[in-house]
Amino acid sequence: MKTMTIAKAINEGLRATLANDPKSFIMGEDIGSLGGVYRVTEGLKAEFGAHRVMDTPLAESGIIGTAIGMALRGHRPICEIQFDGFVFPGFNQITTQMAKIHTRSDGQLSAPVVVRIPYGGGIGSIEHHSESPEALFAHTAGLRIITPSNANDAYWMIQQAVECKDPVIFFEPKRRYWLKGEVDTENSPGDPFKAHVVREGTDATIVAYGPLVPVALAAANAAAEDGRSVEVIDLRSISPIDFDTVEASVKKTGRLIVSHEAPTFGGIGGEISARISERCFYSMEAPAIRVGGFHMPYPVARVEEHYLPDIDRMLEALDRAFAY
Amino acid sequence: MGAAQQSATGTETSGHGTNGGDALRPNPGTSAGVLNTNAVGEADMVQLLDADGNRHADATFGPYVDALDSEALRGFYRDMATVRRFDTEATALQRQGELALWVPVVGQEAAQIGSGRAMRPADYAFPTYREHGVALTRGLDLADLLKLFRGVSNGGWDPREKNFHLYTLVLAAQTLHAVGYAMGISRDLAADPTTEPAAVVAYFGDGSSSEGDVHESMVFAASYNAPVVFFCQNNYWAISVPFEVQSRVPLANRAGGYGFPGIRVDGNDVLAVYAVTQWALDHARDGHGPVLIEASTYRVGAHTTADDPTKYRMNAEEEAWKAKDPLTRLEAYLRAEGLADDAFFEQVRNDGDELAAHVRRATLALGGADIRQKFATVYAEAHPLVAEELAWFEKYEASFADADSQTSQGGAA
Repeated sequence: MKTMTIAKAINEGLRATLANDPKSFIMGEDIGSLGGVYRVTEGLKAEFGAHRVMDTPLAESGIIGTAIGMALRGHRPICEIQFDGFVFPGFNQITTQMAKIHTRSDGQLSAPVVVRIPYGGGIGSIEHHSESPEALFAHTAGLRIITPSNANDAYWMIQQAVECKDPVIFFEPKRRYWLKGEVDTENSPGDPFKAHVVREGTDATIVAYGPLVPVALAAANAAAEDGRSVEVIDLRSISPIDFDTVEASVKKTGRLIVSHEAPTFGGIGGEISARISERCFYSMEAPAIRVGGFHMPYPVARVEEHYLPDIDRMLEALDRAFAY
Repeated sequence: MGAAQQSATGTETSGHGTNGGDALRPNPGTSAGVLNTNAVGEADMVQLLDADGNRHADATFGPYVDALDSEALRGFYRDMATVRRFDTEATALQRQGELALWVPVVGQEAAQIGSGRAMRPADYAFPTYREHGVALTRGLDLADLLKLFRGVSNGGWDPREKNFHLYTLVLAAQTLHAVGYAMGISRDLAADPTTEPAAVVAYFGDGSSSEGDVHESMVFAASYNAPVVFFCQNNYWAISVPFEVQSRVPLANRAGGYGFPGIRVDGNDVLAVYAVTQWALDHARDGHGPVLIEASTYRVGAHTTADDPTKYRMNAEEEAWKAKDPLTRLEAYLRAEGLADDAFFEQVRNDGDELAAHVRRATLALGGADIRQKFATVYAEAHPLVAEELAWFEKYEASFADADSQTSQGGAA
């Protein structure tokens, strides 16, 4: 076991991938000598060369589009998009091309490209640097979307993303880059598309992913002081969603809270609430409750504390669920 | 010698023998001059066979055609006539309700056959959605092209079999895939020098040239010295929007801004297109980086069968372009040189009719598509949501079967 930050864990995961798979390489803006604006790729160019850690022109569609072409030739590109809000110039290539090549070719081709996107708020940044656009990608069939919440998952899931035969959007919770945790470099946590129950409980279930998992755990601990036993699920995979794990939990607890930073309306929380309502209707003591961002562009940093779901908002949602 | 030719030859003399480096630098002294007109003039274009079928000498590009035997020259005619006949049949199939849409290629046969015939098997083509002639040169069964337009597949062939990618309907997206694929060739060569050198041809049109992806693809191609030939068929109409709305200068001129050669060629002259594309592919395969070719041609028919060109362009323009028809000028040349006779042209016609009959038979035999195949191909690896929805669908379908069988049993009783 080694202790490292999430950023370092991704760095180590990328290092292992580059070492093990000669067809793999990283491409993006400022990822070479600088090591990325978050230093996630630090040291990799020095170790593997500019050929494997490739600084590209400043063009997101160009990064994704050429990565697709290289994947068609049998290479394994890992693209870095600098910030969540900058993925949209590459959105066309991701959604109309990368996601569809397998089905358009009747299964003959695939574009196993990994797109890494640091996402989410809470870092006091300016606009386009704090968004959570995962639902926009999750709505597109053909993509897989995963997001680690801890260092061990970060280390393993980036490697599993590269091994996957489908295109994977890898959302990195940027405000947790410096969160330290133990990494077991010998034993994989298994299927990256399976949710993990990270805290057992009997009275309510909070589903979260990425940056909000530590918040959900803190809320569950606070609720315990009020005598409420809250189970916390780290979703890990946003597409596909492991509904079976959520269903089993809600059938046990009877109450569901889903939380994410992205706007509540049209978000992943709505999808989980609807599916679980169908599957667990007779087991539920209260309707599913969503705790998410508001229907507004991600606000300026000076008010983001009011926008981001926090412990108190999760506890308020639990109060509502217990009031039924 | 036209300005565009100077661009090509200038880079050739200064750049050959070096890998990247100076070959990539823009050469203001030799790159195509900025023209102030978009007139369909021929002065600044490479042309080896004029509209009357006369051969013109050209020190740079002439030798590529001189190296062809009479069979190859007849082959150009055969290919162009074949794809035109195919196009007629596909249009008829659409009019008869057998295809949802068709994208005619009439008028652009020389640009497609000339460029396609210049490619080697290891080269790779990324088409738009109108490259039926290129598909023919790559050896595809043309009937496969109709699967997309009949609505039974979004593709229709395995791109790796003939190195001919699927059609792409989102304009210009494929130009980036082409550059990426070319970058992949470079990586393969770097990893294993015994890899067969190859180049990629990225097809796009004058309308697509306004898309950002074309710009980004050229930036990436130049940055990584990718072995890619950008082949723009300027057919002067992006559905109803004329070329003048897309560009103030010939598109070939843009290459200078990226630092690689741009060549404007008479796109209705199959010999010139063949020679220019050969030159560009050699340039790319030899490690000198990308080339932009602008083939000046004309879409004689509609953009698609849903289009009505009578609403936006003049008869006189169409007639003027028909006089530059790529087939009639090659026929005139072949006859004048004694390379082909009536029997040859008769044979080509008969073979075209046979192909058309095959295409029709194959299309009508395609039948429907099965949505289960679509469930099976969304992802390369198993996916629980797809499995869940397929299971629901099968159960739903089965419920009708039960109802049907109950009804028939009831009827029998």
